[in-house]
Amino acid sequence: MKDAIAGKTMLALTLFAVLLVLLMIAGLYLKSRPVLSSHSLGELFFSTRWRPFRGQFGFLPFILGTLWVTGVAMLIAVPLCLLTAIYLSEYAPARVREWVKPLIDILAGIPSVVFGVWGMLVVVPFIKDTVAPAFKVFSTGYSVLAGGIVLAIMVFPVIIHVTLEVLRAVPSEVREASLALGATRWQTVKRVVLRKALPGVAAAVVLGIARAFGETMAVLMVVGNVPKVPKSVLDPAYPLPALIANNYGEMLSVPLYDSALMLAALILLLVILAFNVASRLVLRRVERSLR
Amino acid sequence: MENRTHISVQGLNVHIRREHVLKDINLSIPDRKITAIIGPSGCGKTTLLRSFNRLIDATEGVRVSGRVLVDDEDILDPRAEVTHIRKKMGLLLQKPFPLPMSIYENVAYGPRIHGIRDRRRLDGIVECFLRKASLWDEVSGRLSQPASALSLGQQQRLCLARGLAVEPAIILGDEPTSALDPQSSQRIEQTFTELKRDYTIVIVTHILRQARRLADHVVFLYLGELVEQGPAWDFFNNPKHPMTREYIKGLIS
Repeated sequence: MKDAIAGKTMLALTLFAVLLVLLMIAGLYLKSRPVLSSHSLGELFFSTRWRPFRGQFGFLPFILGTLWVTGVAMLIAVPLCLLTAIYLSEYAPARVREWVKPLIDILAGIPSVVFGVWGMLVVVPFIKDTVAPAFKVFSTGYSVLAGGIVLAIMVFPVIIHVTLEVLRAVPSEVREASLALGATRWQTVKRVVLRKALPGVAAAVVLGIARAFGETMAVLMVVGNVPKVPKSVLDPAYPLPALIANNYGEMLSVPLYDSALMLAALILLLVILAFNVASRLVLRRVERSLR
Repeated sequence: MENRTHISVQGLNVHIRREHVLKDINLSIPDRKITAIIGPSGCGKTTLLRSFNRLIDATEGVRVSGRVLVDDEDILDPRAEVTHIRKKMGLLLQKPFPLPMSIYENVAYGPRIHGIRDRRRLDGIVECFLRKASLWDEVSGRLSQPASALSLGQQQRLCLARGLAVEPAIILGDEPTSALDPQSSQRIEQTFTELKRDYTIVIVTHILRQARRLADHVVFLYLGELVEQGPAWDFFNNPKHPMTREYIKGLIS
């Protein structure tokens, strides 16, 4: 009897956790209804005019800001992570792998504020004093590039970890088949292992994108937060999460402002959710097909 | 036919971590014959086979000493080029592992790696070796399909064709029929007997009957030691070592 009650309670709690996501989506949708009903979707998504005091809520600078920062982060992170994972999986002795794996995972546990501070102290001045002058432009250093670098390092653990798992799941006999034909290790990696692991690697990258998309604190600290569409990686940007974090609770006297922010939150949540679900599905299928 | 030695193993010792897996192995494998390496599981058969093409290098914590001469070249010499050695030997594993590509690409993979790009030449190679592995008639109309769509027995023959396509002189088989149904096993065995005209074939097997059917030469390992080796007829009808006698009778397994 007691056992049954305990079981039911835990089931209820589990359901609640799952329901929470749905509740949040519903809540955000309800809250963003006012701005959705007074503005067209086209205006909200494709206008660059962000003048809350005049009732203009064009999200384009923020959407593009998010895309720029995420894009730069992925450009930096994907090649580095792939090579790292390939090294750990295919070249490194088991002992090195067992040591490095947890170290990389620790990176994931560092609070994002710490990354933000590091970005402000190291990356921002580096861009201001070294990178920007090299291209003969002026930059305060608070820029898409700074955000991208900091974000890239923050998504390292996710991408490396998942890619490594996927590569390790490729049966060693497939490698041996290629090696036995006289292929070098690199040829084997390039033509056989990566091909076999490709969907999984793609899923790892998408998981990384989802993580980058929603990261708030560290990016907000180094990216400049200017609501204009960036024209180069040395321009400041204003990603969606930073918009919400900076303004919620302060500007709520402006009509429709909170509704607009909730819409931003809804967009973020849906995009990240979609990315996560898609990559998890792919990963599950990959795992099954490799076994 | 003269009995030229193709692979000669001299004082081969293999340690994996703290285990002494192969103990001072000396043997010779005749050219263009089928040699069966037999013995109970865990006796080092597979390790011996894998030291022939140096796939053993990939094993964690392995130490190898001694000499393995293939065509009078010591393949364990650190200066020997591994890809060159491996190109000389086709390998068949217990279960077929087709590469993640089409039937055609599986066979063309080796030649491509070794620098053949010309499409017409590749076409010729693919057909030739699929025929040699007696698979051509079954797949000629669907070469661009993924190799994983074939049956297990067909996959194993595809793997054979893939191995032959780099034009090795030696075929190594690690219990190549153990995952196959009787009919497919029979086809592989039949292909082997056809191939021994041109190739030296070494198979690891734990099926005594298979060794009896196929082998010209037998090597018997027990617990990492070479117990007896010799021509198949002598080995089965006139075994010298008491352990061999017991193994043949099925007393040790």
